[in-house]
Amino acid sequence: MRDECELADLMTRALDGDERAYRAFLERVAGHVRALARWKLRLADPSDLEDIVQETILAIHAKRHTWRRDRPIGPWIGAIARHKMVDQMRRRGSRGTVDIDDVVDVLAAPSDDETCPRDLIDAALVSLPRGQRLVVSALTIEGRSIRETASRLGTTEVAVRVAFHRALARIRALVGGAS
Amino acid sequence: MRTEDLIASLTADAKRSARRPAPTILPAALAGTLLAVVVFAVLVGKIRPDIAGAVGEIRFLLKFAVTLSLAGAAYAVLRESAYPEGVHRRRLLVLAVPAVVVLSCVAFELAALPADAVTRSLVGSNSVACLVNVSLMGIGPLGLFVLALRRAAPAHPALSGIAAGLLAGAIAATVYAAYCPDDSPLFVATWYLLAIGGLAALGAATARVVARW
Repeated sequence: MRDECELADLMTRALDGDERAYRAFLERVAGHVRALARWKLRLADPSDLEDIVQETILAIHAKRHTWRRDRPIGPWIGAIARHKMVDQMRRRGSRGTVDIDDVVDVLAAPSDDETCPRDLIDAALVSLPRGQRLVVSALTIEGRSIRETASRLGTTEVAVRVAFHRALARIRALVGGAS
Repeated sequence: MRTEDLIASLTADAKRSARRPAPTILPAALAGTLLAVVVFAVLVGKIRPDIAGAVGEIRFLLKFAVTLSLAGAAYAVLRESAYPEGVHRRRLLVLAVPAVVVLSCVAFELAALPADAVTRSLVGSNSVACLVNVSLMGIGPLGLFVLALRRAAPAHPALSGIAAGLLAGAIAATVYAAYCPDDSPLFVATWYLLAIGGLAALGAATARVVARW
């Protein structure tokens, strides 16, 4: 448990305002969570894995005040990681994990056109989880700033950036997979 | 976004945002008690005129044994469940304490009362008012607890919500018991617990939505 002591030490210093300790802490946690998620979920797609890692460290950041300094930090990190993994799996389950290869014939005929068919992008937008869709439409269609979007959706700028990035990645995957 | 970039922005964010205090279940419980007393003062505005005599009555005191044991157990579960690690399953057994208290009181009453008095004690003289007042007095504290849970990180928001509802209801019932003219454990087990159960259900439903993270 040497590692856990070091993590606890880093986090203690981070909570007291040591920025470098916080960065080191998050980097090590990201490594742990990546290993844990890879082992537990056997994700084929590395970007799904990174999604979980990022979700988890975002949650750890948002809930860092819930670590009690007199408690071991390993179970705390593990609990948050598990919470986020279950969440991710549930969301995936409820969306039914449609593999793009299964619907590619229905979506669009192959097109030689370089630009992407509009309805395909619309379909991709519709398939986004609600939060991501709201972020994308606020940022692109309504042309709002990240700060504005964050305050409108009652979340942080970091979370908006992450959601936007994921949405773009998903659209890219959908559109790219079909053409 | 690459994970390193995310870490960089989170590090910057940690510097910017003020340090947040640890979850606030205890202050919420104290504020909730105060709120219940205020709502009681507004809704009812008086305690029993015969309170001095009632204090010597075993049934009157048993009401507080029920509500206070429930409040204590619910508080223990709520506080522990507000953290990501969650409540250990064995710690949930603390909820058996108020259950045993209620059941013993009911058994005592059934043994003590003549058969024809049972229905009268159960229905009491005040059941609807009790149901309404305990519910209304509990809603404010419940709101405070759910907000506290939102700042915390409950492993199972619905479970925390149930504990929050039980605590809010138990606090409201404790305060209301000082007024309520019905002292029979049969009355308490029926009407008090009905109101508290309603708050627990409401707590579970709202915490699932509000305290998700």
